Amino acid sequence: MKQENKKALFEGMHSGIPIGLGYFAVSFSLGIAAKNAGLSSLESFFASLMCNASAGEYAGFTIIAASAGLLQMAIVTLIVNARYMLMSCALSQKMSSDMKFWHRLLLGFYVTDEFFGIAIARPGKLNPFYSYGAVLVASPLWAIGTYLGTVAGNLLPLSLVSAFSVALYGMFLAIILPTARKDKKIAGIILVCFILSFIAQYWPLLDAVPDVTKTIILTVVISAAAALLFPRKEVAENE
Amino acid sequence: MSNIAYILVMAAVTYAVRVLPLTLIRKPIKNTFLKSFLYYVPYVTLAVMTFPAIIEATSSPISGIIAFIAGVIVAFFGGNIFTTAVVCCVAVFAAELVLPFI
Repeated sequence: MKQENKKALFEGMHSGIPIGLGYFAVSFSLGIAAKNAGLSSLESFFASLMCNASAGEYAGFTIIAASAGLLQMAIVTLIVNARYMLMSCALSQKMSSDMKFWHRLLLGFYVTDEFFGIAIARPGKLNPFYSYGAVLVASPLWAIGTYLGTVAGNLLPLSLVSAFSVALYGMFLAIILPTARKDKKIAGIILVCFILSFIAQYWPLLDAVPDVTKTIILTVVISAAAALLFPRKEVAENE
Repeated sequence: MSNIAYILVMAAVTYAVRVLPLTLIRKPIKNTFLKSFLYYVPYVTLAVMTFPAIIEATSSPISGIIAFIAGVIVAFFGGNIFTTAVVCCVAVFAAELVLPFI
């Protein structure tokens, strides 16, 4: 393996540690949901291994619990995971145009909020080995956590689950805020996001709207407004 | 119906959503609006997903708020991904140890 790829792999593994911790806590509770939906521990393990999607899997488990049709499963999965399509579009711009096709096929498997976040936070074009490093560390923990959650239910002390569950959010903050410090426009946009997201969450009129739908709508509306107000003529190659 | 069939459909749709843009968009986008839009998407979507969800992730909203504030301060002043995540976890753990006695 080339030296720079090896370096990227190890850096990715390092970034994968907090992701894995957060994954473990979240997937543990996801495993409990899988058990309630009637999945065996092995089934929930494979669901997590193949899907790598928290809200998407959770929604899927509710479909299984309701014994709904496969078409319904497909539609719900599509809606709940629609934000990944936006992320993949953004990520495609981070890849050099001569990146090998099989890298794209493999990376497509792991466009999660977290792996997307750390890939975007890296300066320059994406070295796929950086993502692979993070995936190698974190994604087994996602599947194992789901498995253990299904088997062992509520064995992990609540205080630890509670603490782990903010790891992912801490990571998100570390991805977006360093840029906000350098770029006042980004800082303002993030502040607007926090405020609108807060309103969307607690405004009683919007109670019936699922959280993932709110996330998608807010993402599209705010990003489009920002693009209109502050167009970036030259997004430099290494941004 | 077998759970396996459900899981396969779920996995196939999830993969399609992710892999299609990655494989279909293989050149840099030239349109300024689209380029700007995609530039802002990561910041907006991660910000929207973080707050106020972080407050509801923990067993008490107060420990969530403390984790949020700690995370914002550490991240703003250059904390890396790992440090910021650990600080947030420790903040929640410590807050929930102490809170019952206040």
